[in-house]
Amino acid sequence: MNYEDLRTKANDHWLSLTEGDVPLISVGTALCGHASGGFRVLDKIRQYLSANSIAATVQEVGCIGLCYAETLVDIKKPGSSRLFFKNVRPDEIEVILESYLVEGNIPSDKVLGYRGLHGPIDNEKCLDDLPGMALQNRIALRNAGTIAPDDILQYIASGGYEGLSKALSTMKPDDVIEEMKKSGLRGRGGAAFPTGVKWSFLVGAPGPKKYILCNCEEGDPGAYNDKGILESDPHTLLEGLLIAGYATGASNGIVFIRHGHDGPIDRTERAIEQAYEYGMIGKNILGSDFSFDIEVALTGESYVAGEETALMEAIEGKRSMPRFRPPFPAAYGVWGKPSNINNVKSLSYAPEIISKGSEWFSSIGVNNSTGTAIVCLSGNINLPGLYEVPMGMTLGQVIDDIGGGVSGDSSLKMLQTGGPLGGVLGPDSRNIHIDFDEMREAGAIFGSGGIIVGNNKVCAVDLTRVLVAFCQYESCGKCFPCRLGMEHLLEIIERVANCKSIPGDMDLVQEVGTTMESSSLCGHGQLGFGPIRSAMTHFKEDFRTHIEDGKCPTGSCYIRRITPKNTRPYAKDFAAGEHYVKPS
Amino acid sequence: MSAQKDSLRERIIAAIKRQQRPTVTILSSLLAVQDEIGYIPQQAIEEVAVRMNTSNNEVFGIASFYPNFRFDPPSDHTIEVCWGPTCHLEGGAAIVTSMLDKLGLSEEGDSSDGKISFRLNTCLGACSQAPVVSIDHELFGRLDEESAMRLIDETI
Repeated sequence: MNYEDLRTKANDHWLSLTEGDVPLISVGTALCGHASGGFRVLDKIRQYLSANSIAATVQEVGCIGLCYAETLVDIKKPGSSRLFFKNVRPDEIEVILESYLVEGNIPSDKVLGYRGLHGPIDNEKCLDDLPGMALQNRIALRNAGTIAPDDILQYIASGGYEGLSKALSTMKPDDVIEEMKKSGLRGRGGAAFPTGVKWSFLVGAPGPKKYILCNCEEGDPGAYNDKGILESDPHTLLEGLLIAGYATGASNGIVFIRHGHDGPIDRTERAIEQAYEYGMIGKNILGSDFSFDIEVALTGESYVAGEETALMEAIEGKRSMPRFRPPFPAAYGVWGKPSNINNVKSLSYAPEIISKGSEWFSSIGVNNSTGTAIVCLSGNINLPGLYEVPMGMTLGQVIDDIGGGVSGDSSLKMLQTGGPLGGVLGPDSRNIHIDFDEMREAGAIFGSGGIIVGNNKVCAVDLTRVLVAFCQYESCGKCFPCRLGMEHLLEIIERVANCKSIPGDMDLVQEVGTTMESSSLCGHGQLGFGPIRSAMTHFKEDFRTHIEDGKCPTGSCYIRRITPKNTRPYAKDFAAGEHYVKPS
Repeated sequence: MSAQKDSLRERIIAAIKRQQRPTVTILSSLLAVQDEIGYIPQQAIEEVAVRMNTSNNEVFGIASFYPNFRFDPPSDHTIEVCWGPTCHLEGGAAIVTSMLDKLGLSEEGDSSDGKISFRLNTCLGACSQAPVVSIDHELFGRLDEESAMRLIDETI
């Protein structure tokens, strides 16, 4: 079937779904929906409908980004727009469905807003006018939360696979790479390397087996945007992978996900299955000469598995420890074949860049950081969620205008950005723009997009201790600067947090940290000192109070803390165990 | 005893053979066994080694690297609590310690009545709903000490 016929079929399917005779009920069951009881809500809806013999289509959708309003249920009655209900609990289903579906009344206190072509419902606000939505520019997340991830036709009906079709029918592989270079897209995994340039490394590599690997290890605490894309709109990623495959002449794609994250895994596998069915993956895609296969590979729990060479080790089924470079992945990658590793977000931009053109993409954002930033806002914030904003927006706008400000009757004290290897910013960071270079200059990185907000009740030493404990726990143990360095750093920070530091501790931290930076094998050790250094720069006073006055300025360090005992084999002797400090 | 052992071995072999993904590795086979029976017994190490044409040591070396594998049978229910920075800021530490107290544990491990296995997890993936707890793979978010205690009661 060619693309036009498929598009017609998909449009018919979409119309019958949305403009048919029965209501369409969509429930958000991404990880955020899951954690707020989405599956229990779904069960209740099905029970209610069958008990009352009401005909309706019920589907699971991903995350629309307004995670604070989960579980979100949206109901589209025939001939009217979609109406979104917020924070729905299983025991509220009966009331909501009865009043809206049966009696035709609107339980206004549960409504978040409407969205759709049929115009306003009653006096409810439009969802896209909410402050959290209005400031966004959703490209990679354009379909998230509005279409069912397990239905390829809904994706095609909303313009899906158009970029692939355009690339295959009107562009040469070199044109695609040129277009990606011109778009100015930089990798969203943390290193911010230009995606088009990265792809070009693979072009000259000898085939026929060449791999495009997609990294969704995403063990970053505070970041869930990769998983969000896979759960909400996996076909966007698959299309991006296919475009990358076509541009580089690769033969296989592998999506690499952490074991245990069942939602993203199941939905990606279902999407791959459907894409094979519809001839989007496999031999002679859309009638062209291009053939490409995609599969899912799982890793065990390991943060370092997100490092590109460790990732290849894990795909091969070994311990996820980084390899020495050179040889670089483009020459010797997974199974010894040329490989190219991209983050989920980077690949998910490709379909829209190809279908709308590089100029459109580079007009969004700022000079050296084009496009949008996918931000995961969490911590002490009123409206946590998954937001996509144009690059160049200030952190203050993200926190106050989109995130609704700092929670807990308190003011902003710190921002932890870029994951545990990123950095910590102080309360004066509101004017910093989200821009790869500006963030780096400020001593933090944008990284994978996680922003954790801490309010005035949090001690910087306490947060630093958690970050260092995380990095120590996740150190793979292959190279000693990281293996031993992380242990030393944790030991010292523990001492400081417990108000038992000894003279010279801060100098020792510097020495150990800079040694790790210069001599570790991979980014885990090289960047692991970043958060401590930036915390020590921005929160001198917190550290000073601990060291000189022997007390914690906010008291948050006095809480009894437990860290895991099962560290990796090499680190076993230093099981952090239990640490208990009594307030003096 | 021997019949029981054999049936365990058969389940392990079936789990290894049942893998659907095109690429089968030592790690994927271990994950398949863990999904099926909840832990990696000695027989699993042996069966994976035979099928992947490698040594027991090699297989155990990989299994022991990833903290999600365990080597003895798990309790009836597994509770995982996130200790990452977001959950920590939202009160995760208090949930961890009060759960441990309730289960009579001082650190990660199994409760003495064999009902609960308690684990710390670095990322359950739902940071916007912090603090997050997972009970037998079902996620519960926005917890406080009280609701966390209620969850344990309901689980037991």
